[in-house]
This record gives sequence, structure tokens and C-alpha cells, in this order.
Amino acid sequence: MAAAPGNERSQERLQRIMGHLQGNAAPEGRRSSAVAQTIESSEQLKPSSASTIPKRRQEVLKWNGWGYIDSKFAINKQQQVEFLGKRYKLSGVVLPALREWMETTFGASLDHRSAPKSHLNPEYIPPPVQNAGFLLELKEMGIAHSLDAEDRLFRAHGHCLHEIFALRGGGKFERIPDLVVWPCCHEDVLKIVNLAVTHNVCIIPFGGGTSVSSALECPLEEKRCILSLDMTQMNQILWIDENNLTACIEAGIIGQDLERKLAERGFCTGHEPDSVEFSSLGGWVATRASGMKKNVYGNIEDLLVHLKVVTPRGVLEKSCQGPRLSTGPDVYHMVLGSEGTLGVITEVTLKIRPLPECQKYGSVVFPNFAQGVACLREMARQRCAPASVRLMDNAQFQFGHALKPQVSSIFTSFLDGLKKLYITKFKGFDPNNLCVATLLFEGDRETVLQQEMQVYKVAAKFGGLAAGEDNGQRGYMLTFVIAYLRDLGMDYYIIGESFETSIPWDRVLDLCRNVKGRLVQESRDHGVQFSPLATCSGKTT
Amino acid sequence: MLASPASHLAQLDAVKTKAFKIIGIAHAEMAGEDGDTEALRQEAQSILREMGHNQGMTVVRTFAFMLSRIFKALFRHVRVNEEGVQRVQKVVQECPIVLLPSHRSYIDFLLMSFLCYSYDLPLPVIAAGMDFQGMRLVGEMLQASGAFYMRRSFSNNPFYWAVFSEYVQAIVRNGDAPLEFFLEGTRSRSNKSLSPKLGLLSIVMEPLLRAQVFDALLVPVSISYERILEENLYARELVGVPKPKESTSGLLKAHRILQNDYGSVFVYFHPPMSLKSFISGRLDITPFSMTPRHMALRLSDTLRVLVHHLAHSVVLRQQHGMVVTPWSLLTTLLLQAPSDHLFPTSCNSEGGVHLPDLLHDVRCLRTVITKIGAMQDWPDAQSHEAVVLSTLAMNSSLVTLTKEGRVLLNVDKVDRPKCRDDILNRACTVLTCAAYRNHILHLFVRPAFVAMAQRHAGSVEDGPTFSHFCFLVQLFSEEFIFEPGSERKDYEEGLSLLQRCSSLLYPLDSQHHPSTITTNFSVFLGQIFQPFCCSYQMVCNYLLTLEHGSMQKESQLLASLQEFALQQLLEGRSTELEILAINVYKNAVASLSRLGALRRERRKDGVWFLTTSQLHHVADAVASLKPPSQLPAKL
Repeated sequence: MAAAPGNERSQERLQRIMGHLQGNAAPEGRRSSAVAQTIESSEQLKPSSASTIPKRRQEVLKWNGWGYIDSKFAINKQQQVEFLGKRYKLSGVVLPALREWMETTFGASLDHRSAPKSHLNPEYIPPPVQNAGFLLELKEMGIAHSLDAEDRLFRAHGHCLHEIFALRGGGKFERIPDLVVWPCCHEDVLKIVNLAVTHNVCIIPFGGGTSVSSALECPLEEKRCILSLDMTQMNQILWIDENNLTACIEAGIIGQDLERKLAERGFCTGHEPDSVEFSSLGGWVATRASGMKKNVYGNIEDLLVHLKVVTPRGVLEKSCQGPRLSTGPDVYHMVLGSEGTLGVITEVTLKIRPLPECQKYGSVVFPNFAQGVACLREMARQRCAPASVRLMDNAQFQFGHALKPQVSSIFTSFLDGLKKLYITKFKGFDPNNLCVATLLFEGDRETVLQQEMQVYKVAAKFGGLAAGEDNGQRGYMLTFVIAYLRDLGMDYYIIGESFETSIPWDRVLDLCRNVKGRLVQESRDHGVQFSPLATCSGKTT
Repeated sequence: MLASPASHLAQLDAVKTKAFKIIGIAHAEMAGEDGDTEALRQEAQSILREMGHNQGMTVVRTFAFMLSRIFKALFRHVRVNEEGVQRVQKVVQECPIVLLPSHRSYIDFLLMSFLCYSYDLPLPVIAAGMDFQGMRLVGEMLQASGAFYMRRSFSNNPFYWAVFSEYVQAIVRNGDAPLEFFLEGTRSRSNKSLSPKLGLLSIVMEPLLRAQVFDALLVPVSISYERILEENLYARELVGVPKPKESTSGLLKAHRILQNDYGSVFVYFHPPMSLKSFISGRLDITPFSMTPRHMALRLSDTLRVLVHHLAHSVVLRQQHGMVVTPWSLLTTLLLQAPSDHLFPTSCNSEGGVHLPDLLHDVRCLRTVITKIGAMQDWPDAQSHEAVVLSTLAMNSSLVTLTKEGRVLLNVDKVDRPKCRDDILNRACTVLTCAAYRNHILHLFVRPAFVAMAQRHAGSVEDGPTFSHFCFLVQLFSEEFIFEPGSERKDYEEGLSLLQRCSSLLYPLDSQHHPSTITTNFSVFLGQIFQPFCCSYQMVCNYLLTLEHGSMQKESQLLASLQEFALQQLLEGRSTELEILAINVYKNAVASLSRLGALRRERRKDGVWFLTTSQLHHVADAVASLKPPSQLPAKL
């Protein structure tokens, strides 16, 4: 460091890193003019968006629950639970065991209903904090926006239990956004952010609205005008580089659209968080999301190649497409998990993969949870875990069982009976103790077969028995319908919430026991009449 | 629970295997000698064999049957607070339970196991002293009914400590049998609560700190005996007759005690204390989750202080659940009577207390006790007098009611005693009685110290009184249990009790001889604690006779102290027989070491004490604790 040339070099390096922070390598003085230039060129026309989510989300999505308006669990005329709608594999299917399971597990009753309010209560909507100067200039720019009460309210929350609970009661939030704005491109965002800086307006970026970290809640003490920046109209794949297997995508695209559009070209990202239907690409980055199939594809931080983030002090981006740099800290890692507090993510370049040749579900039954955990640990040690493996404890296994659709023939029901007999009587598994791991293999045919063999071999060492594709598939289905199920529960005084964490292997069982213990204790301390159902599932990270 | 001892055993076996594997590996790593791992494993195995319990239902049933017979023969009643038992029953399936009974007699753990058996609670696994194991047959029987053995001292053997703590923690983690141990470490010979030992309790906390259990519940249990089986043994031990070695033939000889009437036993199960909520907010547990599981935890100072606090609050709870018996009230009053009845100046002098006076005083004392809020056993159906008379009858080996209607302690009414044996015998009787007084001392200690401090300060002013109060608490902290750091609270509590109780008492009509309790309550309180002051003063006096900087081995020091005390009594310089009690010396020496008057040194051949330059200073302060009667009886 003492030598002058070395010093120079480190200066240069710092400059380079600073450059990332300032959007481009431009020195401080020129930044504002660079911004001005981009504003001028922002009026380029873009193809109209084909997003699943329109500007008025409430036309497609439930305003006080999970998912599509037309898809939900309901009690049909035969007093059985049925999944309505046409969108899912489960749609139109009757689940005969579910009602009884709800009744015995929670003490719920069909006569004891807690229906949600049908409409939001206009009295609950606080009047918007207006910033006239900002609004005027925004209108001049011709950027779509809304002051409508519904639009504002539906961007005031994520999907935490307390938020949904408030919505079902008519939507009482102390503070909601004052204005909703829909940018169409990176340049729009630049303009909006600069304008907000000038007029002292705060911005909360909004993607899919599936946050469970309360990051979408407006701070109560915020007296300035709060703008909700709805990114859903920025949903184009800007380019696909088939040689380098990367794609540059606007951050507002939601998971299902992204995968569908990539699939049309024969590619996928493989990033599949449980909320993939509704969550957005920018949201994944902002919340450091983990995908179900990360064993093969990696988590969002592994997929990320390039980012554009509009901050109040300029655009943050690296000046290259290189997948990694060894010089200095990675500025993207500040953005990952920042929950939108540092800036607005506008464009993301991701690694993509050709669609897998073969996809296969599977499942393994273990005599107890501890054995299952030991098996997962061994898989991780041997690095032979399939694309996805998820271990469910006994309570969750029984829950999954309650979601079994009506059997179509006597033969299948006979087969089911035989399977059960084999596992419980012949193999001596205690039905109140056994647990199941659901598996998903992906890759070319040969790899899948090989992997399958290895996985079942490891499982056998821990007393695991292969339990068929059906169980596996149903397990994954559970992850997609679980949020719909919460809405059904809430109709009958049952509330539900999920917590996620990661821990070292030797503490898995302790964690499960202690969290369950705490839930039971807190419920008792708060005078909850019935004991809570606490289940856990785990996967390797 | 009771139905599956076999599975329980198998489980524990597995735990054992795991435990010594971990320990072996950890130890080998520490030593850096891979070759020795197997040897260490062997050693661990042998330690575990030595201490392990093997609960078996056949033995337990036989034992239970025998015990029910024995208890029926010994006691009139065994009274249990059943709502306390129900509280335990409710939580026993959810969390590991640690039963922490007070320890006054061998009977304690037999009684606990028997109660658990009778109330369908899982049988506790008990940490017992190694000395029981030596008893043939009985040792094995205890082991079979769930006792495991720990060496009395193993602080200098880290490997034993490691194996032992892993074993105890396995029991806690396993959680299907409650762990039971005695916080006081040993039976209290003086019938006062002993300063708690912290080792086992900190071991028990570890699984919680490492989040291996959701919570652990401590259940303090107070066991009060109307008469203690070992009352004579204890007194003998206290004046220096060594403790007989536990042996089966000794136990058989003890069958004579079966013919005696030992009154009632009171067992009070306190509400379970959640260790988790005790810790929350007081201890940062992040360091524990950062330490890999196989590594031993280093006890931080914060944790040590916390365990200290916890142990004291458990013992305080145990005290709180003690039942005040008629006999403990009587002894408190009888030992208060003018000391000349212990040493009657001449044969014809009438010692003792007039029965009507005694009856009145007992009534007064009961009022005080009620005000303090202690639990009492007082058969309401009988008349006041009948209760006192029957109590006196039950303890006829210690007290006599003369034809003239005077109540006397059974000390030979000869001239001033000349020989040692004579004095020792008298001391035995007095100490036996004193034990029952000690049983209720915790009720008086706070107001009494306030009263003593007020007298010392010569005023009721807060400042000087409080500082002297603190000195007393510090000086007697081995003797009586105070929650560390809450002097102010104790002071306020003592002060308000003193004020409230003083106003309650009234003298009987004039024809009776007025006793101190009715005339001056604060003097009365001071007098109760006089024996302790005398003993501490005696210890200081002895130490002052030593050359500055001289050192003595602990056992030697205690022996010379007793010899010194005996001389004092023989020469008539003291009349306080309780200064012969050896346990008080131990406490006094420990306390003086803490105050800097002595320096404690641990050497290879034992513990040594050195006098320091601070001694004079401390001794002066102790000497200033004047007997209350020498001061003007006015406040």
C-alpha cells in the first residue's frame, strides 16, 4: 500500500466500486445530466403488457385472502369441502376427509362460522396525504397513477396473518399508501424517484404483494405522502442470451409469467418459491428468496447476474455482465434482502437453464421424524439430494392425508388400504409417528434414474420406504394450496401462520420441539380453548 | 409411565452410550491424545456403572409396600397439599421436572418416592450421596428404586464431572422421569436451611441454555417433620461425636425408633417454577447457541450469579412452605427462658417456666406467626392447653412437666457441671431442642435483624440502622438464607413486620411473671438469635488468641474451636451451650473468610485458614453484637 503505484491502483479500484454505486462510471459532477438524458429517451414505446395481474388487481385477485377470486375452498351442498374454480389440478375436486379433520383437530364446526366482510369499510380508509406539486408533475409526465381507496388499501399489506385478519374485518389499517403509481419501464422509475426526491415523497415498491415480513406496511409515524410503486406493469423479458444462458427481465414480472414465457423459448429459471404464482422477480431479489428446487438451480443470490436499482442518489448497477468479481464487496448483496428500502429494483439479469428433460415425483416414508432428519442429513453429506426434498412431520403428513381427493374407484381405495396395511402392519410403522419426505427429481432421464437409486438407497439406511409418486405430488400440491386453506380455516375461527428459519443439523429436532412447545404454551396463556396444531417440514439448504 | 420401566431403561442405556461417546471424544480432543480415547471410554463406562440407577418396578412395589408400613408405624399423619401434586401431574408430561425437596432426614427421599408412587407420578430419579451405596442390600434397593450416586466432592476431577453432568443432563433431556436432588447438598443437622450448593443446579440449566429442552420446571418441596427421626444423632454430631457410617445393621438397630411417636409430616409441593421464564431477560443465551453442542459450556459470571440467585430463591420458597408445629413454638419459648434453668445456681432453685405463663406466651407467639403469614399446624379441635400438653408428652425425652406445674428442659439439675461429659450431654439436649426452634427462625430473621440493628444504632433512624442490618445479613449469610442483593427489600419487610407485631402483643394480667415476648418484642427477637451471636463472638475470641498470620487446617481449627468453647463453659465464662455446635463454626469461619478476617487456602492435604490483619477489625464489629438484655429495654 505504501508504494505509489499500488496506491494508485487501489484508488482506481475504489473508483470502480463507487462507479457501481453511481449507476455508471460517470464521475459525481455528470450524474445529474446523465439522468436528464435518460429521461428524454424514456418515451420509447413498449409492447402492451400481458401480465396475469392487471393494474386493478382486485379484478382478478381476492382482496381479503389468497389468490384468484374464482379459486377457493368452500363447503358444498353435501357438507363436504370442495375446491372451486378451474385453474388448478385440484379445482372441482371434493375432499371428503378434510371437514372431519378440521373438526377433530381444531374442534371447528360448520355451524360456527366467522365470515369475512364482503366489502371493505370506506370509513376505515384514511384520507390520502396529498402532495400537490408532486401530483401535478406526475400528471404532466403521463405516468399512470391512482388515488382510489381500493387501489391504495390493496397495496398496504402483505400476507401475514394479522394483515389478512384486518382485511377480513373490513380493512382497518392505521396508515396506507396515499398514491399508487404504475411505471412502465426503468426510465419511468427514474423519473418517479427523482420527482419523489424533489418533492419529499416516500416510495414503497410493490411487486406481488405476497410479503410475509411486514415490509409493505406503512410506518405509522410517516407524515409525508407515501407512494406505492406498483411494478406489475414492468413485466417484459427484455432479452434472452442463449449462448450465455442469461435473460434480462423487468423486475415486475410475476413468477408464473416468467416461467411460462421462458418455457415458450425452451428455458426456465428453476426458481420456485412457494408463492411463485403471485410473487415478482424484484420481490425475490429484495427478499433474498429461496426456491424449492434450489438444490439444482440455487437460490436467488446464485441466479443473479446483474441488477439495476434506482436509488434516490442514482442508479446502482455493475458495469459488466460478469457472473462474479473478486474486487471489493459485492454491492448486489446489499440489495438482496433489503426489502425495497435502498431503492427500486427495475431490471434483473438471471441465469437460465434449458427446460429439464425429465421431472419425477417420489416420496419416502420414515418410521419417525428423527429418522427422516437423519436421512436428509446424510443426503446433504453425500450431496445427493434431488432438486427438491421436503420432510414433513407426522402432523403434516396427516394433514396432507386429509387433502386426499375422493377416490374414483373401489379398486384404488382397495389399493390404498393395502398400502396402509403394508406400512403399518407389515413394516411396523406407527401411523401416529411415521413421517414422509416428498421428492422431486429433475434433469435428463439418466441422471434422474441414477439419483433416484442413490436417494432410495440412503433412505433405506434410515428405515425409509419408497411410498410412490402420488404422495410426492400431493405433498407439493399442499404448498400451493396451503394459503387457500388458511382462508377456509379463517371462515371457521381457525387461524394459521407459517414461520421459516434455517439451523444447524444437530438442532433440528430441538427447534421443532421448542417451537411447538412455545405455541402450545402461548395459546394456553392466552386462553385459547383448543390446543394448536403445530407441524413442521424441512428441507436441506 | 409406571408401566414401562423396561423401555425407560433401554432409553437411558442408549443415552449413556451416547453420553460417554461424546465425553470420550471431547476429552480426547482436549488432551490431544487419540490413543487414549478407548481408555477414557472405559473409564467413563465404569463411572457410569458406579453411579447409574436401574429403576425396576418389582423392587419399587416391594419397597412401596414396606414404606407404607414403616410410615404408618412412624407417623400419625403424612399431610400433602394435593393441589400442589395436581399441579405437578398436569405439567409432568410436557416438560422435564426437577423436584427440589428440603433435606432434614433420610426419610426425605423415601417419602418423596413413596408420594410419587402413591399419586401416580413418574418415580423420580434421585441424586444421592455415595455413602448410601456402601449399605449392603439397601444400597442396591435404593438404586433399583431410582437413586443414582454421586461422589461427595469431585470438583478436582474434571473427567468425573463431565461424565456425571452428561448423565444428569441426559435424565433432564430424556424428561420422562423427574430428577430429584437436594439443593442443600446434605441433611441439615441444625434444621435450618443450608446455603444451597450450585453445582447440580447449573448442570440442570445446561439443557435449557442449549435449547435441548423447551423448558424445565423446578418444583421446590418443603418437608417439615413434627419430630425428626435423627434428632439425637444430629445433636451428637453437632457436638462432635462423628457421624456413624451408614450400614444395614445400623438401620436394623434403628428399628427401635419404629416404636416411637414422631407426630406428623407435612409435605408442601410449591408451584412449578419455569426455568425459562426465570432466565428470560436476565441472560443472553446467544453464546450458548454459538457453541457447538459437543463442547462443554464455560459458566460465565452472569450465569453463576443467576444460578446463585435461583438457588436462593428456591430455598426461600422451601422455607416459605415449612409448617410451624406446636413443638417449634414451645422450644423457641423454652430456650428463651432465663438461662439459669440450664445452670441452676443451686439444687433447690426452681428453673423452667410456669405452665400458665408458657400457655400465654405460646398464644402470643401464635399471633405473631399468623401475622407473619406462616403455615401452622395447630389442631383447632382441641383446646389450647391440650395441644401444648400433648406436645410436651410427645417430647418427654427432652422436657418435663413437674408436679409444681413448671416446664423444664431435661438437663440434670445438679450443681454447676464439672465434667466435660456432663456439659456435652446437656448440650445435646439443648441442641436437640434448638433444632426445632431453628425450624422457624427464618420467620423471625428479618424483623429480628432490624430490631438488633435499631438497638445497635440506638435509634430507629433509617441510615445507620440499615447499614448495621446489612452487616448482620452479611455476617450471618451462611447461617440464614437471604436473597442476594435484596437487602433493602428484606429490611423494609423486617421493619414493617416488627412494627405490626409489636403492637399485637400484650402482657397477661399482673399476677403472672411477665416474659419478654409480651413486654418487649424486639428484645425477644434479639434473644432468639443470641446463641448465634455468642458463637460468632466465641470464634472471634479464639482466633484473637492465635498469633497473627498463623494457619490451621480446617478440621484442626474446628476441633480447637470446640475445645475452646468447652473451656469457656467449664470456666463459667459462658453459659450458652449452643456454642458447642460445630456447624456454626463452619459457617462462622466461612463468613469470616468472606469478610477478610481469614484467608482460605486450598492445598493438597485439605483446606487451610490463615488469620489476617483484618481480623481485629472484624472481631470488634462482631463483639459489638451485645446481648439485648444488657441494653436499656426501651426503644
